[in-house]
Formats: sequence, C-alpha cells, structure tokens
Amino acid sequence: MSIAEFFHMGGYALYVWGSFGMMALLLLAEPIMVYQQRKSILQRLRRMARLNEAESS
Amino acid sequence: MKKGLIHWFKYASPASFYPLAGRIIPWAAVIAVLLFAVGLYMSLFVAPMDYKQGEGYRIIFIHVPAAWMSMFIYVVMVFWAIIGLAVNTRLSAMMAQALAPTGAMFTFLALWTGAFWGKPMWGTWWVWDARLTSELILLFLYIGYIALRGSIDDNRRADRASGILLLVGAVNIPIIHYSVKWWNTLHQGSSVSFQQGSSMSSIMLYGMLIMALACWAYTIAVVMVRVRSVILQREKDTKWVKNLAEIQS
Repeated sequence: MSIAEFFHMGGYALYVWGSFGMMALLLLAEPIMVYQQRKSILQRLRRMARLNEAESS
Repeated sequence: MKKGLIHWFKYASPASFYPLAGRIIPWAAVIAVLLFAVGLYMSLFVAPMDYKQGEGYRIIFIHVPAAWMSMFIYVVMVFWAIIGLAVNTRLSAMMAQALAPTGAMFTFLALWTGAFWGKPMWGTWWVWDARLTSELILLFLYIGYIALRGSIDDNRRADRASGILLLVGAVNIPIIHYSVKWWNTLHQGSSVSFQQGSSMSSIMLYGMLIMALACWAYTIAVVMVRVRSVILQREKDTKWVKNLAEIQS
C-alpha cells in the first residue's frame, strides 16, 4: 500500500479523515484547555495569597 | 467499622482526594497515549478492509467508542449525582461537574463521526432517526446541565438542581440504547452485545475495544485535572488550599 493510497482511503478520504481529524483536534484541544484553566486558577489563588499576606503584615 | 470503609471515606473529602487525583493524572495520561497509539495503528493499518463498506467503515473505530463514552460518562455522572443528593458529599457533585464537558465532547464526536459515516453509506449527513435524535438529546442534556450549574451562584444549590436534572435526563440513556430495537431506524443494530457477543471479526473488535479503553484512560486523565481545578475554586477559602505548595510558591 502506497502513502497516496493510504490517504485516499479507497475514495472515503473526506469521511475517514474528517472523522479522525475531528477526534485528533478535540482530544488535543481539551487537555490544553484544562491545563490553561488550572494555570489561571493557580495564578489567581497565588495573587490572593500575596494580597492577604501584604494586608496582614 | 471495617478498615476498607474508612479508606474510602477518607478520599471522599476534597482535601485528601486532591493529591490522589494529582498522582493518578500522569499514569492515566501515559496509558491513554499508549493505547491510542496501538488503537490507531490497528484501526488504520492492521484491520482489513470491509467487504461491503470498503475503507469507509474505519470510522467505526472512533464512532462506537465515542458513542459508548457519551453514555458511560452520563451514567457515571448520574451515579455521582445520586450519591451527592443522598449523602450530601461535596466531592461527588464536583466529580459530576468535572465529567460534564468531556461527556459533551464525546457526544459531539459521536454525532460528528456519525454524520461523516452516514453521508457516504446512507447518502445523508443527518436523519431524524430514533438513535440519532436521542443522541442529540443527550448532547442537549450535557449542555443543559453545564448551563444550569453555571446559572446558579450558590454552589450547594447548583449541586442539587443540576443533580436532579441529571436524574431526570437518565431516562434518555435506555432510550438511546434500545432505540435500534424499539423503532425501525436507519441506524444499524449493535454489532457488540452482552447476549450475543460480537458479530465482527476479532481484529476489528479488539481495535475497537482498545480505542474504547484509550478513551477511558483519556477521560480519567482530563477529568482528574479538571476536578482539581473545581476543588481549588470551590475550596479556595479553606486552610488546606491556602497551605498548598503550588499556591505558596
């Protein structure tokens, strides 16, 4: 099987790659999003902690 | 009280579950990557061409696991909702909250890959068939759950209201499952069943099961990261969160 044949998928290229492509997109995007969410929450909590420290000292 | 019971109750508190979830993440992530590598290799290279659908049937390797996940995740959320409503544990509602976006994502993926499979095989992207319609309702239930949670400021009330929505929506799960039996649908019956086993070749079945396990490991990894964020947000005024190393630094 050649590379061109593989990507052609027996004429079903749009449908097969449209499906696998969407899965790849979603399963890469979601982990990035949850990590960004975690990062921003940690940043906010750190800022709050610093403010509290500044107030109490 | 038995020792095992104490152990479980210990992890029901967000403070002790938070580090446990952190330890689970790398393992689940590594297992997910390995299983996806094997599963994708099998579904794209090893599995032979289908005699009726040619190469187009390869969509099955993501469509079926995604559809399974969309229902499993909902059932797990219902489980957490019941526990949350019955014994009023904070963590169970947080688990349901963390699962919802991933469940919605898999539901969307099942519908999307279904459309991309239906077009070449049935000649249409979409029909108002019982299986497709009930799966679309599942997507609306996920979105409704997320929206309802977000619209109530008080977390405890949001837990209860959204938990009840989950219970009511649970009626849709058997409808999705039996839709291909109860109604004459364009969607085919299931190829894998508990009673009859599988009507597929074993290499296709294994490929699909490995993809399904990969989706499970992926879900565990992503949901553990998200539940940690939910815990931090909701417990931000507690002493244990303030003393966390990642916040002190």
